[in-house]
Amino acid sequence: MHNFDYHAPKLLDTALTMISDREDAKIIAGGMTLLPTLKQRLAAPSDLIDLAGIADLRGVKKDGNEIVIGAMTCHNDVATSDIVKANIPALAKLASIIGDPAVRHRGTIGGSLANSDPAADYPGAVIGLNGTIVTNKRSIKADDYFLGLFETALERDEIITSVRFPIPERAAYQKFRHPASGYAVVGVMVSKTGADVRVGVTGAGPCAFRMSEMEAALAKSFTADAIKDLKGNADDLLSDIHSTNEYRAHLVGVLARRAVAEA
Amino acid sequence: MTSKVTLTVNGKERSADVEARTLLAELLRDQLGLTGTHVGCDTTQCGCCVVHVDGKAVKSCTMLAVQASGKQVTTIEGLAAADGTLHPMQEAFREHHGLQCGFCTPGMVMMGIDIANRMPGADEKTVREQLEGNLCRCTGYQGIVEAILSVVNPGAVKDHHHA
Repeated sequence: MHNFDYHAPKLLDTALTMISDREDAKIIAGGMTLLPTLKQRLAAPSDLIDLAGIADLRGVKKDGNEIVIGAMTCHNDVATSDIVKANIPALAKLASIIGDPAVRHRGTIGGSLANSDPAADYPGAVIGLNGTIVTNKRSIKADDYFLGLFETALERDEIITSVRFPIPERAAYQKFRHPASGYAVVGVMVSKTGADVRVGVTGAGPCAFRMSEMEAALAKSFTADAIKDLKGNADDLLSDIHSTNEYRAHLVGVLARRAVAEA
Repeated sequence: MTSKVTLTVNGKERSADVEARTLLAELLRDQLGLTGTHVGCDTTQCGCCVVHVDGKAVKSCTMLAVQASGKQVTTIEGLAAADGTLHPMQEAFREHHGLQCGFCTPGMVMMGIDIANRMPGADEKTVREQLEGNLCRCTGYQGIVEAILSVVNPGAVKDHHHA
């Protein structure tokens, strides 16, 4: 790892000034992706600006019909939150199967979403639950947030402060978990609120996306049978040593049916 | 360039000059001489480097020393009493033969205590799931699981060694 200057601001405004003033600075949240990346010298920022000391960025609350999760809330705190478990148990379950227990004590929801690893879990939740990413500048709807492989709508001087999830009537997350890394080979979050059905897929493509055809079929009949003939479009999906794109397309169908059955 | 970091390690305040890139595991092992914390993979996977930071299990190979500034860190060296009496989790590992080569053991014991803190009464399946971030290359998991279960949920132990 190349060396860098480390900063631990106590206020968001201080962090924003630091990132504006330092061209090659990077924000560090839980560091569960960034530190391994630095060790491999795939990145060599001049400065690391740690958000861990900014108390306002942590915590879970209910605001009307939404659950609001601070960007620096770690996965274990989401998984064990009474508020999350009572209102969106599918989200608590998702958080409880990220990485391993020690990783869940460090990794954060904001870090996961800012990084937008194609195999991360939270992007599937934000898409599948119609979440909103709140930054120091604006609110970004899930559908406008994920742009491509490790690419999001976030600007350089923009920091995620919280993530808002409307409370669904029904929701479930199903994941084909890579046995060694815990990452999603494919993960599917399904939710239903009134007539609105969403199917969010992670792990399968360059970034999380919706399955519109499945959503239309499920809006007519919210049953696994309604989507029995549907699967992902292999041409749009990733192939790697863990899985071919055809297999990922198949898993999208299998996991979506399991999620509907569980929801 | 180095900066001074001050933290509490095993109940004692410790200070050291570290580079920003120094890992917590490196501070503990190379500068504070606490070599009980092992570095197996150095890639956040094997769990040999698990320590407690403010009471929670973390992988010290994937945390900067400066990030532990002002925090309470407990390592394997901090578990036994001053007179040498083992911590109940260490005693359980001894009793249930929860180790073979011993390399993963510090991380296993620290994670075992974390499991006991977070989920008392956990069943065997849960204990096995919770150990997924701690790898034993001897594949000695049976004794490890029995040792942890004997602390978190004594009734669930099916002890093969003392049957």
